[in-house]
Amino acid sequence: MLKKSSAWLRWTVVSAAIASLAAATILVAGNKPSQAAGEVTLTGAGATFPQPIYSKWFYEYNRIHPDIRINYQGIGSGGGIQQITQRTIDFGASDAPMTEEEMAKAPGILHIPTVIGAVVPTYNLPGIRTTLHITGTVLADIYLGKITRWNDPRLTSLNPGVKLPNLPIAVVHRSDGSGTTNIFTSYLTAVSAEWAKKVGAGKSVDWPVGRGGKGNPGVAALVGQTPGAIGYVELAYVHQNNLPYILVQNRNGKYVEPSVESTIAAAAGAINNMPADFRATIVNSPGDNVWPIAGFTWLLIYRDQKDPVKGKALVDFVKWALTQGDQMAEALDYAPLPDSVQNKVLQALDTIRF
Amino acid sequence: MMQPSAPPASPQTTARSKVARADRWFRGLATGFGLSILGLMALLTLALFIDAWPAIRHFGLRFLTSSEWNYVDQFGALPYIWGTIYSSLLGLLLSLPVSLGVAIFLAEIASGSLRTPLSFLVEMLAAIPSVVYGLWGIFVLVPIVRTVETWLNAHFGFIPLFAGAPFGVDMFSAAVVLAIMITPTIASVSRDVLLAVPASQREAALALGATRWESIKVAFSNAWSGIVGAIILGLGRALGETMAVTMVIGNTATISFSLLSPAYSMAAVLANEFSEAVNELHIASLVTIGLLLFAVTFILNSLSRWLVGRLTARATGEGSVRV
Repeated sequence: MLKKSSAWLRWTVVSAAIASLAAATILVAGNKPSQAAGEVTLTGAGATFPQPIYSKWFYEYNRIHPDIRINYQGIGSGGGIQQITQRTIDFGASDAPMTEEEMAKAPGILHIPTVIGAVVPTYNLPGIRTTLHITGTVLADIYLGKITRWNDPRLTSLNPGVKLPNLPIAVVHRSDGSGTTNIFTSYLTAVSAEWAKKVGAGKSVDWPVGRGGKGNPGVAALVGQTPGAIGYVELAYVHQNNLPYILVQNRNGKYVEPSVESTIAAAAGAINNMPADFRATIVNSPGDNVWPIAGFTWLLIYRDQKDPVKGKALVDFVKWALTQGDQMAEALDYAPLPDSVQNKVLQALDTIRF
Repeated sequence: MMQPSAPPASPQTTARSKVARADRWFRGLATGFGLSILGLMALLTLALFIDAWPAIRHFGLRFLTSSEWNYVDQFGALPYIWGTIYSSLLGLLLSLPVSLGVAIFLAEIASGSLRTPLSFLVEMLAAIPSVVYGLWGIFVLVPIVRTVETWLNAHFGFIPLFAGAPFGVDMFSAAVVLAIMITPTIASVSRDVLLAVPASQREAALALGATRWESIKVAFSNAWSGIVGAIILGLGRALGETMAVTMVIGNTATISFSLLSPAYSMAAVLANEFSEAVNELHIASLVTIGLLLFAVTFILNSLSRWLVGRLTARATGEGSVRV
C-alpha cells in the first residue's frame, strides 16, 4: 500500500513537471515571436475608443516602414494604465488622464494627446427626428432626475418649433467604465454645480437615475428600443448610424453642429489654459464654433526609454501619426489636434530620451 | 541476445513488464491530470482570495450589507446580490411549470418518434450562446415586455410589484430571459431523472388500478430529489448568467421588489466594470463579488450533484425505491 502510494506520488510529480514544462515552453515561445534581424516590434495596450484610428495608423506605418511592427490590444484605459505602470508594454493608451496617485506609481510618464473625441446626446421620440436643442444645465437636470418629462417647460421653451410629447424621459448611460462617460460627466460637472457636488466626473460614476447599456452599441440599442429615451454616444457613432441628436449650447451661447471641425475648435479654444503635461479637460471651451462635449485621448509614454531602438521607433511613429496621420483620422470621424496643440505636443516628444 | 543460454521465457517476461510499466505510466499520467483539476480549483480560489483581500479587510461583512458604490472609497455589494438572487428566483418561478411540463411530456407521455427529436431540440436550446439570448432580448423581448408592463402598470400600478415607469429594460425582462435560458437545463435533467425511475413502478401503479395521471405522480414522487437537483442546477446557471442579463436588466444598482425597476447583477457588474477599473479598492471589490459568485455556484452545484446522484444510486439499487 505504501509502495503504491509513493509510486502515485512519483507519477503525479513527474506529470506535473511535464505539464509545467509544456506550459513554460508555450510561454517562452509566446514571448519571443520569430523576429527578422533589424525588425522592431512595439507593443501597446489600452483605450478602445481610439482603437480604429490607431489600427489604421499602425497598418499604414508598417507599409511605409516594413521593419516596424506595432501590436495594440484594446483592453480598456484602466488596463492600459496598469500595464504601462508595470512596464509590461512599450506604450499605454487612455481616454482619461492618469490621476496624481497613478502618476506617482509611474514616474516620468508623459501624456501625449493623439486625437479628440466628441460626445453627442441622442434621443428617441416617436414621430420626431429633427435636431433638438438643449442647454448644459437642462441636460444636467435631466441626468440628475429633476426634469422627468419631455414636455417640461424648460425643454419646450428651448424647442419652440417641436411638439414635445407628454412622455417620461428614460435616461440612458454607459454601464461599463469608459472615456465617453468621462468626457460626458466632465461636461456636466463643468456646467452644473449640483452635478459637480452630487455626482462628479469619471469613467464610471454613481448615476442618480437611468439605465445602463454596455458600450456605444448598448446605449444606442437601449435608446432605439425605448420611446422617450435620451442617451449619449460618440460622434462617429451618431454619424455612422444616422441617429437623431441634440445640439448642446456652447459657452458662447451658440448651437453648433457636432462635427470634426467643431471638435477641433474645442481643443483650439482650450489652448490658453493647456497645462504643460496635456492632462487637460477641454469640455465647455470658449469659442463660437465649439462643440462643448469633447475630450482628448492620450498615449502614455515614459520620458526615459530603456531600449534606444524601440524608443526611437516609438517617437518616430508618434510624430508621423500627428503630422501625416491626421487626414486618416478625419475619414474615421476622429478630430485631429489643431496646429497650436500639435506644435506643443511635438516639442514634448523631443524631450523623450533614448 | 548476447547470452544464448538465457531461458526461453525471458523475452515474454520483458514484454509483460513493459506492458506493466506502460500501464503504470498511463495511470500516473491520468492521475496527474485528474489531480491537476483539484490543484486548479485550489489555485483559482487562492488567487481570487488574494486579490479580494484589500476589500475584505477594508469593509469586512459591511461589504455584504452596504448599498453604496461610489467608485472611490465606498463599495457595497448588496444591490448586486439582491439583483442576482431576485432575478434568478423570478426566472426559476417562470421556468418551473414549463420545464417540468416538458420533462413529464418527454419522459412519460411522448411516443418514441416524438421523444428523440424533441429531446434533441431542448438540448439544442441550452447550446445557444448567451449573447444571442441577450440580443434577442433587447430587440424582440423588450418591446413585448414593455407592452405588457404598460398594461400592468395602468391597471395594477398600485401594487408595488408593478410600480414605476414601464420601459421594458428591467427586472421583468431579465427574469424572462433567464427563464428561457434555464428551461432546457431543468427540462433535460428532470427528464433523465424521470426515465431513471424503473418502469415497474408505473406498471405496478397501473396494475393496482391507478389512472395514467396517478402513475405519473408515482414516478414523479420517486424522482423528486433528482428533480430538486435539476432545479438547483438551473438556479446555478441563472445566478452566474452574465451577457444576456446585462443586456436587458438596465444595469442600475437599485433594490426594489418592482418588476419594472432596473436592477444589476453580480456577474453583470463584473463584466461591465472590470476592464476599466484602476482604483485598487474598486478592483478588490469586484474580485470579492467574483469570489462570492464562485462560492454560491459551487455550493449550489455540489448540492444538486448530490441530490441527483442520490436518486440515481437508489434507482439502480434493487428494492430500495420508495412508493
